[in-house]
Amino acid sequence: MTGVSADPDLARQVLGTMWRIRRFEEAVDELFARGLMHGTMHLSIGQEAVPTATCLALRPTDSITSTHRGHGHCIAKGAALDRMMAELLAKRTGYCRGRGGSMHIADVATGNLGANGIVAGGVPIAAGAGLAARLRGTDQVTVSFFGDGAVNEGAWHEGVNLAAIWSLPVVFVCENNQYGMSMPSTKASRTTLAERASGYGIPSTTVDGNDVQQVYDAVTDAVARARSGDGPSFVEAVTYRWKGHSKSDKNLYRTRDEIEQWRERDPITLFEAAASEMGALAAADIDQCREQARQAVRSAVQAAMAAPDADPAELADAVYAK
Amino acid sequence: MRSDLTYAEAVREALAEALAADERVFLLGEDIGVYGGAFGVTGDLVHRFGPERVRDTPIAELGIVGAAVGAALAGMRPVVEIQFSDFTAQAMDQIVNQAAKIHFMLGGEASVPLVLRAPTGSGTGAAAQHSQSLEAWFAHVPGLKVVMPTTPADAKGLLLAAIDDPNPVIVLEHKLLYRTNGPVPAGAGRVPLGTAAVRRRGADLTIVATGVMVSRALDAADQLAAAGVAATVIDPRTLTPLDADPILASVIETGRLLLVQEAPRTCGYVAELAALVAESRAFGYLRAPIRRLCGLDAPIPYAPQLETACVPQVPEIVTAGGELVKEW
Ligand SMILES: Cc1ncc(C[n+]2csc(CCOP(=O)(O)OP(=O)(O)O)c2C)c(N)n1
Repeated sequence: MTGVSADPDLARQVLGTMWRIRRFEEAVDELFARGLMHGTMHLSIGQEAVPTATCLALRPTDSITSTHRGHGHCIAKGAALDRMMAELLAKRTGYCRGRGGSMHIADVATGNLGANGIVAGGVPIAAGAGLAARLRGTDQVTVSFFGDGAVNEGAWHEGVNLAAIWSLPVVFVCENNQYGMSMPSTKASRTTLAERASGYGIPSTTVDGNDVQQVYDAVTDAVARARSGDGPSFVEAVTYRWKGHSKSDKNLYRTRDEIEQWRERDPITLFEAAASEMGALAAADIDQCREQARQAVRSAVQAAMAAPDADPAELADAVYAK
Repeated sequence: MRSDLTYAEAVREALAEALAADERVFLLGEDIGVYGGAFGVTGDLVHRFGPERVRDTPIAELGIVGAAVGAALAGMRPVVEIQFSDFTAQAMDQIVNQAAKIHFMLGGEASVPLVLRAPTGSGTGAAAQHSQSLEAWFAHVPGLKVVMPTTPADAKGLLLAAIDDPNPVIVLEHKLLYRTNGPVPAGAGRVPLGTAAVRRRGADLTIVATGVMVSRALDAADQLAAAGVAATVIDPRTLTPLDADPILASVIETGRLLLVQEAPRTCGYVAELAALVAESRAFGYLRAPIRRLCGLDAPIPYAPQLETACVPQVPEIVTAGGELVKEW
């Protein structure tokens, strides 16, 4: 298995993606606080390693289904920051022409079949995308991202079971950030999440979701299995969201200490340390990754701000496909 | 009389009174405990009544409603919070095929006294899967009662009546109303299900509005009054059972009917009201065609300017009301 932090090109790519996700969401957080962005936001700050490492294990032709916490998935799969920012700023040039916003952000061209406002809504959809690959005889793989909370929804169970009985080329990636809103995942289930998946007869592994290499290795294995016709697998990546669930969260269900402990395990810092230890990246490379991400996000905000607003006159358009 | 309550506080007060008064009452839903509810409605109730009676659930709407159906059948009075009314879609089998049917199917031998509260409607930038107005889905199902409170006093009084009711009752609380204020007299009691409220009287025009559109209709009526048009504004409050008499009586008086809802037009609830009037003794008194102002037949978009354009706003109600009176 490739040592991601030992390979200068891969390391730079990974670090660039993680920083773009982090800076994008920090910018969103700030725009929201300044009243320039409306709606609600679910930030994935602290979880960047999971989408980054997962999408690194995919080909551009592979697809993903995403969640309400989907900025990271979208960026890691290759979406353009300016069109994402335009979407969140309610612009006509946004990926969904201002209709989707944060919760429905998607770039279908890069294989993102859609973020989803319905918990577990994307799970059976991923099974269906896998079925399509099977029926059409392609070797495409679909990754379904979801949180720990989603594993309690009926849709999750039905989707995973279909993928299992039909041996579909799907990888179920659980970003276990340990809370479904305020419900700790340990209180929502008497089994581990991996045991749930095992119950459907599919291989499952649990990895440190703040460790790029561990996520990458597990997903790479699972993708290989899916691509070779051996069916779905489940990868649980244990991680943590630093921010509240959404903009209305008072964080009453977890302690400051707990949040602080996880901030000390920042996946970006961990990866930077690993990559410099392996000699893949020098301090200057790391600074450059960070600076490029900052610039990219800044110009995305500028481009989005300058773009035309979404137009109410076009509302009736695209209710039905033509 | 004490100071005003917000709509959210009024709902909480009803829940607290019901929990205190009746051991059979308990609450269940996602994040209603220490989080206090996604819209803050349950607040500190878990500290006052404990986690057994203010019960946090996993994210599993079908399971939550199904468990409530079972508990209700077995003699309890569950009050479910579904975090957004859109997620009733997950629980539709338990709502439609179980809760609504059991009393009838079992020949009246069993009942399902269950209340399902759900924040509803658009206006918060939450986009298509968190902004729907689905009341017509439920009003179409015999065996369910559907309530849409619009004032804090009604939010409290109708919820208390819903909890008393031996049937499954869906209470749709509009998100934009949670922070609105209004008088709720201490000790204010129940508002019987199936009683409409005439919010304002005028002889030229009858406006019937549901949900958040009631306050927009009232604002519009103020503007119409300034232009010399006197409107009656009727708030049905419960969609099923409907209290049709005040609507028919008012149409007989005014001869003009404007129906306003946030939900999309096609097969919406107010289409039922239009049909009802057309089939009634009031029909012959109409001086103008019945007019509907509804949401666009489109999902609710994210962008604020798109979202606003999707649902009726005050100026459109003023225009439609003015036209009905001046052109007919
Ligand atoms: C069917 C459904 N129920 C409830 C919600 C409200 N909701 C949105 S996100 C969320 C928590 C999801 O937790 P998890 O799946 O662990 O993902 P995370 O937010 O932790 O990324 C809840 C309850 C929803 N969007 N959809």
